[in-house]
Amino acid sequence: MEKIKVEKLGKVFGKPSRQVLSLLDQGWNRERLAKEKGFALGLWDVSFTVEEGEVLVVMGLSGSGKSTLIRCLNRLIEPTAGSILIDGTDVRGLNEAQLREFRQTRFGMVFQRFALFPHRTVIQNVAYGLEIHGESKDTCRKKAEDALALVGLKGWEDNYPDQLSGGMQQRVGLARALAIDPGILLMDEAFSALDPLIRKEMQEELLQLQSRVGKTIVFITHDLDEALKLGDKIIILKDGRLVQQGTPEEILTNPADDYVEKFVEDVDMSKVLTASSIMKKAYSITWPKDGPKTALREMEEVGISSIFVVDRKRLLLGIVNADDASELIRKGISDLKEILKEPSRVTPDTSLTELFALESFPAAVVDESGVLKGAIVRGNIIAGLNRER
Amino acid sequence: MTIPKLPLGEAIEAAIDFLTENFSFITKAVSNVVENANEVLVENLEKIPPMVLILLIALLAWRLAGRRIALFSVAGLALIWNLGLWGATMATISLVIAATLVAISLGIPIGIASALFPLVNRIVLPILDLMQTMPAFVYLIPAIPFFGLGPVSAVFSTVIFAMPPAIRLTDLGIRQVPKELIEAADAFGSSRLQKLLKVQLPLARPTIMAGVNQTIMLSLSMVVIAAMIGAGGLGSEVWKAIQRFKPGMGFEAGLAVVIIAIIFDRITQKITHQGKTH
Ligand SMILES: Nc1ncnc2c1ncn2[C@@H]1O[C@H](COP(=O)(O)OP(=O)(O)OP(=O)(O)O)[C@@H](O)[C@H]1O
Ligand SMILES: [Mg+2]
Repeated sequence: MEKIKVEKLGKVFGKPSRQVLSLLDQGWNRERLAKEKGFALGLWDVSFTVEEGEVLVVMGLSGSGKSTLIRCLNRLIEPTAGSILIDGTDVRGLNEAQLREFRQTRFGMVFQRFALFPHRTVIQNVAYGLEIHGESKDTCRKKAEDALALVGLKGWEDNYPDQLSGGMQQRVGLARALAIDPGILLMDEAFSALDPLIRKEMQEELLQLQSRVGKTIVFITHDLDEALKLGDKIIILKDGRLVQQGTPEEILTNPADDYVEKFVEDVDMSKVLTASSIMKKAYSITWPKDGPKTALREMEEVGISSIFVVDRKRLLLGIVNADDASELIRKGISDLKEILKEPSRVTPDTSLTELFALESFPAAVVDESGVLKGAIVRGNIIAGLNRER
Repeated sequence: MTIPKLPLGEAIEAAIDFLTENFSFITKAVSNVVENANEVLVENLEKIPPMVLILLIALLAWRLAGRRIALFSVAGLALIWNLGLWGATMATISLVIAATLVAISLGIPIGIASALFPLVNRIVLPILDLMQTMPAFVYLIPAIPFFGLGPVSAVFSTVIFAMPPAIRLTDLGIRQVPKELIEAADAFGSSRLQKLLKVQLPLARPTIMAGVNQTIMLSLSMVVIAAMIGAGGLGSEVWKAIQRFKPGMGFEAGLAVVIIAIIFDRITQKITHQGKTH
């Protein structure tokens, strides 16, 4: 289901007349509008949808309108034009009380510079939204504790924000947003103020959390690596207008214009490419049905020196090589168990950088239940690194 | 040709006459309440034996502001007692307390309104400028027709004189709350009142307390000046010394004022800074 549906959203700061707005429809850009009419353009003609449980990443240079966009969604900034539907409800049609209720229950917001209340303890910060919504003391405490546990900050309840490191403060910010159990998380450069290692850690954790809580997330970032890592869908803004939207793949492989190209240019391919994008077909035989003779024949046929062994459900059991198989035949044993070895195992989303560090090849690509999906040989990795964009 | 003098003073006098004639029932009522409150305060303060009160104040100072201020309080108050200025000091303290209570219970709400509503702010600011630049003595004059000579007039003019910092610093403290925290409060759907009570006031507290501190200090200085209209207390000791040209006696009373000023100041400042840590 569409969780967020934005159509022709526009924001012009000040009080522009209809006539001024129509100039934008005629294609006036931000610079011209400011120079000739004296209005600051925030956003114009922005349309997109976000499905339930999806992560939408908003990218663009400084001043391109990202913060304006995210604040229009919960009307911290009052839109000038267009419509915003959240779960089918027209946000622009809400009166003041309805809007407050909406903010209390539907949106959890996380800020770039954390915006924690310095006079409240960690748990009081996390409980803020619940308190505002009028929950009982016990409910506040309970839900806030749960949210803190979710971000791994159990035991810090009674500290004040300034006693915490940046990364921990932003966890509190995240917990404060999660505590109200909103359908949507709005995150405006939520990790930009953190140092690189902590930032990576937070990205991982957000992904893990996302797989558990399944929120719909609108995430703003400057950083393409972050966008590619987190985004199911990316939209790119330039001077208040939307220049491209699509999946990370689409944007990488097919940048709409020079502006997008600039973003994409700096991507480190070794971080973007994953095992699943470079893996080859994995040759395998089935235990206990197949013995050493079948193994040897298969290997000869495709010209390889070792072959994976799986069970009937394609669960990976191990790998055998040609020398061991011949030895087994010489000894007259037919059970492959004897010579089974453990290959390197990786998951489909293992990055190229990590693959590069592996010691033995071929490596088996297996999914979370252990089913064999493909194989990585050293040649694939080199080819992947040099892949033309 | 000479330009005739504008009848500004006359107009003000006429206005005051009009107000006193037509609203005397209000001024009488206010007068009665303040007078009674002040009397009760003075009587109770005077009923407590000096020894006990000194110890109580020292204890309070110790709890709120630390050992050094506590020791200073004991020594200073004992000196005042010894100089025979105890009664006058109690009268002054009770006037200061009465005036400060009135000034902050009017000033803080006005400051809040001024921070939240631009219209109020535009009205209040010029009035504050006027109140703060007008020589303090001038406030004494209209107080007399309203409330007559005595402590009520003193409290009235002291309140006018001492209220501006409470208003200004409350206003400032609320405005100084970082915009991103206001935004966070809004993003979670806070109403205006919730935002005020849960975010703005707690964060403005240290600044508001600094305003309260200034209000107390100004009250103290004005209460001394108000001796001219019969406020009594340490001010009238100073006043007597001037009239009889007794510099020594004037110095003693002045010293007593300084001592209680320091005690008041240090205690309220400590409270202010405690607010700053969290
Ligand atoms: N209140 C305002 N009044 C006038 N112009 C504004 C206002 N707020 C934002 N703008 C303008 O709108 C444009 C978009 O700003 P916005 O904050 O959305 O950019 P951004 O993409 O979030 O940038 P950054 O990456 O620096 O955070 C900018 O040119 C900015 O100057
Ligand atoms: Mg921004």
